[in-house]
Amino acid sequence: MTKKELIERAGRAKTKKAALGEDIAIENFVTGREHDALNSLDEFPEEYQQDLLDAGIEPSEKDRSGSFLQRDCSVVFSTVKYPGLELMSTTDALKEHDWLKGYLWKAVPVDMDKYTAEVELEQTHGYFIRSEAGKKVTMPVQSCLFITTDKIGQKVHNIIIAEEDSELHIITGCSVSHAVNSALHLGVSEFYVKKGAKITFTMIHNWSRGMEVRPRSAVVIEDDGAFISNYILMTPVKSLQMYPTAYCVGRNARATFQTIIYAHGDTKIDSGSRAVLRGEGSRSEIISRVIAADNATVIARSDVIGEGANAKGHIECRGLMLSDTAEVDSIPELKATRKDLDLSHEAAVGKVAEEEIQYLMARGLSEEEATSVIIRGFLNVDITGLPDALARETKKMFDMSLEKVM
Amino acid sequence: MLEIKDLTVEVKGKEIIRDLTLNIERGEVHVLFGPNGCGKTTLLMTILGLPNYKVTGGIMTFKGVDIINLPTNERVKLGMGMSFQHPPVIRGVKLGDMVNIAQGRKEERIDENLIVLAKRLNISVDFLNRDVNLGFSGGEVKRSEILQLLAQSPDFIMFDEPDSGVDVENIELIGGIMSELLDRNKRPSKRKKAGLIITHSGSIMRHIKVDRAHVMLEGRIACSGMPDEITKNVMESGFEKCVELCSKEVGTE
Repeated sequence: MTKKELIERAGRAKTKKAALGEDIAIENFVTGREHDALNSLDEFPEEYQQDLLDAGIEPSEKDRSGSFLQRDCSVVFSTVKYPGLELMSTTDALKEHDWLKGYLWKAVPVDMDKYTAEVELEQTHGYFIRSEAGKKVTMPVQSCLFITTDKIGQKVHNIIIAEEDSELHIITGCSVSHAVNSALHLGVSEFYVKKGAKITFTMIHNWSRGMEVRPRSAVVIEDDGAFISNYILMTPVKSLQMYPTAYCVGRNARATFQTIIYAHGDTKIDSGSRAVLRGEGSRSEIISRVIAADNATVIARSDVIGEGANAKGHIECRGLMLSDTAEVDSIPELKATRKDLDLSHEAAVGKVAEEEIQYLMARGLSEEEATSVIIRGFLNVDITGLPDALARETKKMFDMSLEKVM
Repeated sequence: MLEIKDLTVEVKGKEIIRDLTLNIERGEVHVLFGPNGCGKTTLLMTILGLPNYKVTGGIMTFKGVDIINLPTNERVKLGMGMSFQHPPVIRGVKLGDMVNIAQGRKEERIDENLIVLAKRLNISVDFLNRDVNLGFSGGEVKRSEILQLLAQSPDFIMFDEPDSGVDVENIELIGGIMSELLDRNKRPSKRKKAGLIITHSGSIMRHIKVDRAHVMLEGRIACSGMPDEITKNVMESGFEKCVELCSKEVGTE
């Protein structure tokens, strides 16, 4: 599609409400002023340093192959330390690589809803990450989308490409300053996992009570490619709706989504993961853990669509209720279109079981300590597929996030 | 160590134990027989202080402390421990975590000494990394319980059917380690630990020496005596007959 066609399509979808989630008045949010570029992440104002850490970003850039920071609508820092890795703003990348336009809106339809249309028409950067063919970038790339100004509408378009037989590990954090009462984040992310390549994507959402968030993500996975997403949300958010979709188009393509949500306050979340198993022998696993406390409402969706021969998909979603005024709707869906598929799901929503508390008390814990151990255990998903150091670090980030809310 | 006098216990408004009296001294191990539903497990849970077991009468002291109103973890701090018959699965909490909790360790790493003890129980490091009780076989549950008790090292330990659902080899192994936990291998004057074992089949009795046996019927201790004699009577004639035999002996005294 030419740029002109994209703009036309987006224009037609400008008022198209999303299929899910409450409607947001995009016009209430602004682009804001440009921020100055930084020479290093350390230069990012002191008051935001802790928020960076909370979003999994290492300001010293230690053990990172590259770093990217977008503040509101300005890219303020971008650096690469590893050969074979590219990292820059999508806007710059489109100037540098003429071929890149062929990847735009290939995984996510531009006219999906008013949010995708808005990102096409009023895009404010986003990141481009690419690993060259055969390069295994084992050290993670870190990227952060940060909101520091009230009423900002951040509208990013991210493109992530792992070329054939390459490996890419990404830690991405979205964070917001405490001074922001209300802001909007629209994030389109398109992932392309080529033959034999692998992407792990660990995302920490560190939002606040006034944030409205509409990510739109899709992944295209070719032969023997693997995509692993780990998503962690522990802070309150006004409203979040997302339904990332992995298209396993190649033979033996694999997709894994692991989602950990601790919803509290007046948080409203509608979050799902979908895998479309088109390739022969493609596989997916969707695991989610949702805790709902206070007045939080969470719709936890998951969907596996089996289309390719011998495709295999499993869904495991568990919810834990900590309050009588919270709500969890767990909606697992399976769709089979041929007979040689293996699709399954298990879903359960419950409370902290008395007998588990008693068992822990019989080992010497107080009731409160026991409850906390059970909650930690509930959220403790074994993160698979990450290199050792990154897995340990992810666990640490998770523990830190949990510590803040418990 | 444990003194119970005229104890009456209700579970969900129903009286399960009535006027039960039992004393266990330091250095003693007692065994409790009885048919299903006679109140054996209820007694153990009440001693441990679990919330659904309501004491409506009687006295219960542990190490001289009135424990009736103490929460479970306070009783554990005083030196009580329990091997559960059907412990719950706690997802995401590994056996290794439980061992650390029982030992009062805040770290994630497991004490080297306990890894050695685990090996003696045929518990591998991989097994320590499994969610506690999730998909454990009967024997694995018992061994996991005993490992946690080894970490906790209580002065008074209750075992709820340590021999049920366990194969012969494992019963021997479990009996051996229970004997160590309860100071059975020490001279009587050196024994500091005490224990109370519930057994249905009595098969654990071949691997651990106990000092006294009781038969429980309908919520009370119906007869008490020397372990060999009571075990023999129970195994050969059944619980009620054993109690009958007991009262005859009392009658002839």
